[in-house]
Amino acid sequence: MIRRGFVDDKIGLKYGAGGRAMRALIERVCLAGIGPAPVDGIGLAAMDDGAALRIGDRWLVITTDSHVVHPIVFPGGDIGRLAVSGTVNDLAVMGATEPLALTCAIIMEEGFARTDLERIYASIHEACHEAGATIVTGDTKVMGRGEIDGLVLNTAGVALCDRVVPDSGLKPGDLLILTGTVGDHGMAIMAARHKLALEGDLRSDVAPINGLVRAALEAGGLDVVAMKDPTRGGVSSALHEMAEKSGVGIIVEEMKVPVRNQVRAACDLLGIDPLVVANEGKALIGVRASAAEDVLAAIRRHPLGSDAAIVGRCIEQHVGAVILDTGLGRRMLAEPEGELLPRIC
Amino acid sequence: MPGTDRDQALSELKFRDPVRARALVEALGRRTAELGRAPVSVMHVCGSHEQAIAKFGLRSTFPRGLNVIMGPGCPVCITDTPEVDEGVVLARQGVHIATYGDMVRVPGTSLSLADAQAEGAKIHVIYSAGQAVELARSTSDQVVFFATGFETTAVATAAVVLGGLPPNLSILSAHKYIPPVMEIVAEMPETKVEGFLAAGHAATITGSAVFEPFVARHGLPVVIAGFEPLDILAGLVKLVELIRDRTPQVVNMFPRCVTREGNLRAQEQLWKVFRSTGGRWRGIAHVPNGNLRLRDEFASIDARRRFTIDLASLWDCAPPALAQSCICGNIMAGLSSPTDCKLFGQECTPEKPVGACMVSSEGACKIWHQYGGHPDLGGDA
Repeated sequence: MIRRGFVDDKIGLKYGAGGRAMRALIERVCLAGIGPAPVDGIGLAAMDDGAALRIGDRWLVITTDSHVVHPIVFPGGDIGRLAVSGTVNDLAVMGATEPLALTCAIIMEEGFARTDLERIYASIHEACHEAGATIVTGDTKVMGRGEIDGLVLNTAGVALCDRVVPDSGLKPGDLLILTGTVGDHGMAIMAARHKLALEGDLRSDVAPINGLVRAALEAGGLDVVAMKDPTRGGVSSALHEMAEKSGVGIIVEEMKVPVRNQVRAACDLLGIDPLVVANEGKALIGVRASAAEDVLAAIRRHPLGSDAAIVGRCIEQHVGAVILDTGLGRRMLAEPEGELLPRIC
Repeated sequence: MPGTDRDQALSELKFRDPVRARALVEALGRRTAELGRAPVSVMHVCGSHEQAIAKFGLRSTFPRGLNVIMGPGCPVCITDTPEVDEGVVLARQGVHIATYGDMVRVPGTSLSLADAQAEGAKIHVIYSAGQAVELARSTSDQVVFFATGFETTAVATAAVVLGGLPPNLSILSAHKYIPPVMEIVAEMPETKVEGFLAAGHAATITGSAVFEPFVARHGLPVVIAGFEPLDILAGLVKLVELIRDRTPQVVNMFPRCVTREGNLRAQEQLWKVFRSTGGRWRGIAHVPNGNLRLRDEFASIDARRRFTIDLASLWDCAPPALAQSCICGNIMAGLSSPTDCKLFGQECTPEKPVGACMVSSEGACKIWHQYGGHPDLGGDA
């Protein structure tokens, strides 16, 4: 709905929010003059969760992320756990569920508390242990007071796999599995950031889910045709990308989307659709219809997948669009364009 | 699992029951077909009705022969440019302005309140009239409550006025009164509207009887409806029935909140503080008795009298070039749809609104941009 490829002269916050504006920025600025993609591989132009390079008869998958979450410690996790999980999950949804190694670069503001740093590193190591990953190299910088906000983390990861699963492999008739409840991370952060005195226990879902994705791939094999990590921009943004790149329409059954009651209540109060809220421990998995039940059962057997559900299906019509069936009627599911703002009126 | 909890919760919510909804959708289709002509146009005059229609995807279920138009029911959208300018002029004088959220981004002649804030003006977003009082008590500076909205919010303003205001607080009333604008729409020579869905919130205050003279004058039915999906569907079924039977009357389909006489105490407070007067609504032109202004006995707290606000120069200001292409007025008058506007989704988006309908969370353009106005989303079954 916005002019494709339009980028303002000044880069506002919306360009980092994971929606259409960010994609326009990457297409117009980051990809300009990048040159050809690696031979026989997936490069930046594919704008997938990571890149894939052929190494002999296997694939080397690589991804990188910077983390600037505020507050750096939040209900359910902290920036350290977020950094490891984000990178491991990006690798996993490319089909690479056994991370070989991670890098971790840290930039701190002068005066950052050592105890906070120790806590963050403890979280990094704990999350690595959960994911079966190791930090093998890193970098440390300190900037002057006020030159950076507290702490910024950058992590990169590499992994090998036999088959890459892109986010563009959907065909009409395929089904979409969501591996658990939506909106937990974004609403926990929003409540902590704005000190919203909301009822209920809002906790981030931040976790490495490579084990869960591995279970799905083992159950579905070649019938797992597309995967995506619905982080910034939420499920809505991820589905729009999958629909557009695959050349299908997607219908989502709103009644089947798992949402925790406390997240729904907070979203209703603020006028925010849970489908556009960030997740940090979930995957959207596209499967051929014949394999959907087996893959779903395998995911549900995993401790992080007990709430998984088949939430949508792909159709020939309305290519690139995501349609929400509310149970009462249908509407277009909007792709988020910028920062989430509570409805104020 | 949570999804199951939700299914159960939803099925218990009788106003969102999909089975009942389907039955009402079928009834709406039958009633519309029984009219034997198409299209028939009805209008609702409430942003919350449009929100619910969009959020639940109801527009996709309306029969092809029924055109449900969003009328001038968004209080932010119909606040006129000079009224925004008054707020901007006061803000630039150094006065604190307290107002409801969406008003801050509505374009005035040259600036919105948000633009004035970027220049250093003191603008405060509040969620209730009471918060304006709290703000005034927390400072010795002059505070102006830029009060917008229909009868529902006007009653809240009247209540704080009657409760006594701090001496440094005054009211800039841009409140509007809904019934007169329905007359305007009904009298437009090009109007196609054959019936109105009236807003349950406003009718809770005014009562259903307030619409009886209108029905008698224009021979158009009025159905008062609530804001749950089934409220709206049932309201539309009844409205089409009344059109089919050529029996113009007022029907209250929201009896759990609305009575014939309404909330008499609230009405008493409303008319004690305000008088209705003619004035411009953005895009609709002059609406006799459509504006609510403070009565003379409250002159001392009327910001228009407490401060000098010279807007004479602004009334004839040419709007920016883009704004001249904006068709918000036609959209609110029910003559056009958001997608008829060449700016829609291009130069005019929620991020960078040109017209007021794209600013407010109750504005037709913003709602259509967010949820899509496309009723035809089938083809896969």
